[in-house]
Amino acid sequence: MSVIINAEHISYSYPADEAERPVEALRDVSFSVAEGEFVAILGHNGCGKSTLAKILCMILQPGEGTLSIDGKDMTADDITEEDINQGRRKVGMVFQNPDNQLVATIVEEDVAFGPENLGYPPEKIRRRVDWALETVGMTKYARHATHRLSGGQKQRVAIAGAIAMHRKCIIFDESTAMLDPHGRKEVMDTITRLNREEGITVIHITHYMNEATMADRVLVMQKGGIIMEGKPAEVFSRTEELWAAGLDVPQTTELLWHVRRAGYDVALDIFDPEKCAAEIARALKGTAHGRDNT
Amino acid sequence: MKADIAFGQYYEGNSFLHKLDPRWKILFVIFYIVVIFLAKNVFAFALLILSAVFLILISQIRLRTILRGLRPLIFIISFTALINIFWLKGETLLIDWWIFHIYLEGLINALLIVVRVVILVVGTSILLTYTTTPIALTDGLERLLSPLAKIHLPVHEFSMMMTIALRFIPTLVEETEKIMNAQKARGADFSTGSLVHRAKALIPILIPLFISAFRRAEELATAMECRCYTGGEGRTRMNVLHSGWRDLAALLALCALCAGVILLNIFASGYTLAL
Amino acid sequence: MAEITLENVTYIYGKGAPYEMRALDDVSLTFRSGEVTGLIGHTGSGKSTLVQMLNGLLRPDSGKVLLDGKDIWEDPKKIQQIRFQVGLVMQYPEYQLFDETVEADISFGPKNMGLAPEKIKEAVARAAQFAGLAPELLKKSPFDLSGGQKRRAALAGIMAMEPAVLVLDEPAAGLDPGGRREILGRIREYQRESGANVIIVSHSMEDMALYCDRVLVMENGRLVMSGTPAQVFSQADALIAVGLDVPQITRVARALQDVGVDIGLDIYTVKFAAQRLLSGREAHEG
Repeated sequence: MSVIINAEHISYSYPADEAERPVEALRDVSFSVAEGEFVAILGHNGCGKSTLAKILCMILQPGEGTLSIDGKDMTADDITEEDINQGRRKVGMVFQNPDNQLVATIVEEDVAFGPENLGYPPEKIRRRVDWALETVGMTKYARHATHRLSGGQKQRVAIAGAIAMHRKCIIFDESTAMLDPHGRKEVMDTITRLNREEGITVIHITHYMNEATMADRVLVMQKGGIIMEGKPAEVFSRTEELWAAGLDVPQTTELLWHVRRAGYDVALDIFDPEKCAAEIARALKGTAHGRDNT
Repeated sequence: MKADIAFGQYYEGNSFLHKLDPRWKILFVIFYIVVIFLAKNVFAFALLILSAVFLILISQIRLRTILRGLRPLIFIISFTALINIFWLKGETLLIDWWIFHIYLEGLINALLIVVRVVILVVGTSILLTYTTTPIALTDGLERLLSPLAKIHLPVHEFSMMMTIALRFIPTLVEETEKIMNAQKARGADFSTGSLVHRAKALIPILIPLFISAFRRAEELATAMECRCYTGGEGRTRMNVLHSGWRDLAALLALCALCAGVILLNIFASGYTLAL
Repeated sequence: MAEITLENVTYIYGKGAPYEMRALDDVSLTFRSGEVTGLIGHTGSGKSTLVQMLNGLLRPDSGKVLLDGKDIWEDPKKIQQIRFQVGLVMQYPEYQLFDETVEADISFGPKNMGLAPEKIKEAVARAAQFAGLAPELLKKSPFDLSGGQKRRAALAGIMAMEPAVLVLDEPAAGLDPGGRREILGRIREYQRESGANVIIVSHSMEDMALYCDRVLVMENGRLVMSGTPAQVFSQADALIAVGLDVPQITRVARALQDVGVDIGLDIYTVKFAAQRLLSGREAHEG
């Protein structure tokens, strides 16, 4: 599978603000994302994950290191405005605040904004918009006013706007943080569907642990660096390390951790309540031979 | 419950007027205004009244809505009417009591001016605001003015500004309400005290509002950049405006109205407007 | 003591308009003093409307809001006084910060109350301590603080009025796990120290389970459930029926019962579940 995003040794510092020193936001970050992958980036506020998102979207230029998008080095010295625009046609972003990223008053006009910028003929834009709205399940709101929608619906319109340009990869920068549980579920369902059915690469930045369990791979950030990387199961097994990084683990993992500490042999990487219960039942019933001192 | 401010007051509908091309509509309104000011005598005005009634009928907008739109104008209408009634001198003296001298000509003149203002407001609001979405209006305006872009006037930028303003007005109104409530919860008082006191009381609302507006603007700019916005150049639109038989029919009707008003001005004799 | 009682309160948005909506429908309930009460319900269930009733930002169409038995609308001119007694922290309160320094911003409320300068200073210092703001932060501009600090500065702005009732609408929204724990822990501590009547509105069942003494559930403008977290969360089916969720750990407890490990259904925190699950067994084996 080809690599869509490749970041090598990226560092970034925000410029000094008046008397204060420059603030280091990212230090030597390296990772790559394959096409079709679903990667979650976890970390508490101020760990550098939003800075990373802005670099991936080429809103910020990394101070050091290289970033390639679909094989093209975006940090090369001879990079032009046009190259950056080409990069943005491949990688899109959905932001945190649903109110601050919609441009038009009518849903379908907003979704059309991106394709219009690319200069497509009207019929092609129309097809793209209809497809995008269908994909996020917002077809029946096509002529509605954007400011009247719920938070989750607004985010789905923003997602439609991002995919209407036929992007290979979408970055979600805490796109669920401001939503209620219902809206969060709406958006997560849409994200997973995009990934599974449309084959769009997803990079999902979040601090909700249960959202990260849906990903193929999880990166955990702290103080501007990546401190853990692996499948959700692997990462959440390292419960104490996550707690130390100011993060939570799913409640199932937390309970299993208590059970393990009491001397039972259980796995920690279970996120489903039923499976968690089954694992505990198995361990408790097999106490006689299940004890070891971890 | 949500802030829904009357910006443009568009009424959803499917009438003949709703389906007109917004570019033509803007031109029609200008034309209609010209015709209204051309009318000079009672007969021409009668024709104008007919045209306004016709507009109301085909717009499918309820009369009550239209009358409500006139309410803010009651003061200015009555003021001009009174000036005409009391100050215009004519031949037929109707009332002559103390310092009041009211002439028939004054009365009729007042009536015609009232009719003119009412038709002006009703006609333009039906043609433009009631039956055209603000976004279609902005769009129509941009395209009408697009030749001016050739002489480097920022037509696209202007229309993008209008679009964004339309998009953010409800958001900011809602935000103002929230901030006001938050400060009220801290005991802020906006409704009592001297004028200076009240102006000062606005600071805790205005500062957070401005900061929030700037933050929104910054985030929106980033989002637009991420969506490959690089200005008007090379940009196309999804909705293409089509003019069709309806626009032609409307144009012909307006021309007929114009001709009718001119003919009545010349050939019909009746009370003529003095102003 | 500060008890808020709603008596048959009804509130209708857009009365007479085609989109008329009954946001609160004949609601009667009491928020008791000395407790943290959690108010849950999905968006549009009427909980935000209810919150604005408590300090008189909205006035009921019918029914009464009583503070210690007295109708808060008895004299509408004195509604401002009610707002000093019932402090309301709105959603995303950091957007209300406006003054040059954090200290000045926190003192906005006490100043409006007409307190003497030295009293204000005391109140601000106390509130800042409750909210966990280090003294050196007080001289800074509120706009230079981090997200979590801004939130706590705004919270301090309400706490400085020392209200007998503290109402918070989604105090932890948008914060990361560390930030959530910090702010909710501070609120809990404030309740313990001051004995105030604290009301928290939230979507997060997990947070409610951890920090509240009593939970009220709203749906369609009505109160549909109330009780201790254990009582409410043990009725998982009823909660799910009104579009809410139960904490994940409660689901685990139900699943455990299904596979023959009964730790009860009144489970709502992980620690509690672990205790029930393991304590008996340790004793048995040890």
